[in-house]
Amino acid sequence: MAELKLTNVEKAYGEVKVLKNINLDIKTGELIVFVGPSGCGKSTLLRMIAGLERITGGDFSIDGVRMNDVPPAQRGIAMVFQSYALYPHMTVRDNMSFALKIAKKSQADIDAAVAKAARILQLEPYLDRLPKALSGGQRQRVAIGRSIVRDPKVYLFDEPLSNLDAALRVATRIEIAQLKESMPNSTMIYVTHDQVEAMTLASRIVVLAGGGISQVGSPLTLYERPQNEFVAQFIGSPAMNLLPGEVVETGSVTTVKLANGGMARSAVPTLAADKGLKVNIGVRPEDMVGTEGEAIFKGEVEITEALGEVTLLYFKRQGDAAQVVAKLPGIHADLRRKLVSLTAVPEKVHLFANGTSLLYR
Amino acid sequence: MEQAFLALLTIVIGVGGCVGYFWLSNIVLDKAIFPVGGPNANRNITRANAVRPWLFLLPAVLALGLYLAYPVFATAWLSLNRNEAGELVFVGFDNYRQMLGEDKFWESLRNNAIWLIVVPAMATAFGLLAAQLTDRIRWGNIAKSMIFMPMAISFVGASVIWKLIYDTREAGQTQIGILNAIWLKFDGGAGSFLLLRVLPALILLAGAAAILWVVWGQVRALSDGGTMAKALRVLGIVVGAWLAYVAVSWGFGAATAQLPYGQPQFWLQIPFWNNFFLMAVLIWLQTGFAMVILSAALRGVPEDTIEAAIIDGANPFQIFFKIKVPQIMGTIVVVWTTITITVLKVFDIVRAMSGGQQETQVLANYMYDKLFVAVDWGVGSASAMVILLLVTPILVWNVYNARKEMR
Repeated sequence: MAELKLTNVEKAYGEVKVLKNINLDIKTGELIVFVGPSGCGKSTLLRMIAGLERITGGDFSIDGVRMNDVPPAQRGIAMVFQSYALYPHMTVRDNMSFALKIAKKSQADIDAAVAKAARILQLEPYLDRLPKALSGGQRQRVAIGRSIVRDPKVYLFDEPLSNLDAALRVATRIEIAQLKESMPNSTMIYVTHDQVEAMTLASRIVVLAGGGISQVGSPLTLYERPQNEFVAQFIGSPAMNLLPGEVVETGSVTTVKLANGGMARSAVPTLAADKGLKVNIGVRPEDMVGTEGEAIFKGEVEITEALGEVTLLYFKRQGDAAQVVAKLPGIHADLRRKLVSLTAVPEKVHLFANGTSLLYR
Repeated sequence: MEQAFLALLTIVIGVGGCVGYFWLSNIVLDKAIFPVGGPNANRNITRANAVRPWLFLLPAVLALGLYLAYPVFATAWLSLNRNEAGELVFVGFDNYRQMLGEDKFWESLRNNAIWLIVVPAMATAFGLLAAQLTDRIRWGNIAKSMIFMPMAISFVGASVIWKLIYDTREAGQTQIGILNAIWLKFDGGAGSFLLLRVLPALILLAGAAAILWVVWGQVRALSDGGTMAKALRVLGIVVGAWLAYVAVSWGFGAATAQLPYGQPQFWLQIPFWNNFFLMAVLIWLQTGFAMVILSAALRGVPEDTIEAAIIDGANPFQIFFKIKVPQIMGTIVVVWTTITITVLKVFDIVRAMSGGQQETQVLANYMYDKLFVAVDWGVGSASAMVILLLVTPILVWNVYNARKEMR
């Protein structure tokens, strides 16, 4: 049982504030994922929650108890490091029991906790091995086991899968999801730069950018109703296409005349006063469909990437506009060098003014 | 001026000679013996590459053979002969028998054993302590340079410095030796009681307790491991128990001894204890070496294992002894054995400070006395062989560990 509350938390190195105005409520049993581009401070925020970095402003509490100055071991947290951080001179068993020995638990309790964790993680055959005799995935499981034996209120994961190869990453991701499933009352915070991990694992995603929180929400909220252009382009791959234009018709359906000559209709409602507003429309590549009629975008296909289930079309840049990408189902390798017209249904067309979605104003 | 010119010329000839050797031998190999080109070009290149390392190593191997390997065998031969009016007469093991009958030899052996236990242990411990303590503080680098600086002083120079520290003037005169100056401040009052009786007794008892704790750990672990490991453990237990006994009896002695307050002491003439005053010099010299190596090793300990230990609830002592030290154990062993070898060869300090008098004789100085003072080649060589015999296993162990560290 653990509720975390961050109120106006900030982190400054000298004069430079790398994180500011972090407000976040995390409920018991949630799996929160911090994502963001490198250098956005997601790992720093996690380390502040762990107590490895000092919190230079604001309050952080677990279950209503202020934790700013509580040493890491007494916060009821456990952390899994990107590099596993196993103690190289200790066997798997000693690695997992170290924290309990430090806490002066009885040998019987320690043995029981280690045996249970080893069973959950299928580490029983390896208990007497040194970490160097284990594979990457096994090391990662030991690192998780080291957290489990402490029975913490909050689990912290710092990019735990980034040192694994692709196949193992998928397998371990599913293991973590199952682990979460088996411990519905423990709260987890997970840092990653991989949006697949974020989308599949998270109950809520926190997108960090520019030293603050860009948006907090469930994975599909972030995907379907991004609050700003940054989140819109950060979630989803390839990134959402943004095309500049001007509102020409308002109402429950908004019509935008685009700078490239196309016309777009969006289900985002607008007020009469918005007529003439400069906006960016956003359309995800997978929402683009070919059309014979009125098009949002018309251009020559420069490169195609046929992946089998889908084909990615990269269009020739028009002037200094961003490259437009479309993702069509099926195989369309024959479209290279062809002129293609694309549109999207109004429900899939997002509207942004000054970087912020018109849904959230 | 002329000498400087000669020195410069020697350097130029020496370096030029080396470069010339590599250049010319390379040309000879590639052009004359295995020419690159012709029908056998491929085979010739392979062969030339197989020969090249040996060719380049040749001068070094020859020089080492001439100046290291040959003397070993010559010394071994000399130790089996007696020099009678310039003639070598084979006498078998007579020299060894004579040496074993001398009290001075057994005194050297005993003193070497004490040096061997005390100096590497103290230098490594102080070095580790200094490395850890200077790592995190802002003026740590200045402190490190100060601790490292003695490394730049020769053993004889250090001996002269410490002779001044141990210097003795008559009572009533100003003591220029700092140790006597401090000693004369003690008057037998409460301060003296605390600092000269209680404190040393406590330190020795704590030392004994630490040794016994390690011994107890070995006793408990006696059941695991093979025969070899068991034998080593039993040996360790016996040595440890003896060391603990010595520490306790010394602690008792420190608490009860009658101390001559108010009289300047001739430190280097106090039998048995003067050895420790000599050892202090080498500890002072070697601590810097241990600190530099161990400091680098400590910095190599992955930061996230330390952070993981912090989250696991370890306090700074536990992090140091259970996370950091085990991870640098290989380096500690290398430092320890390296200092051990230096200690086995210790000569200059004893020669310069006491000349081996007043029960301070060590093997290397014993050898010097026999070989160059008494001009007894036979016994001198025999003692040299004893030193070689003692150094070799430690050297092998040291090289083995150093190579393991590098892997």
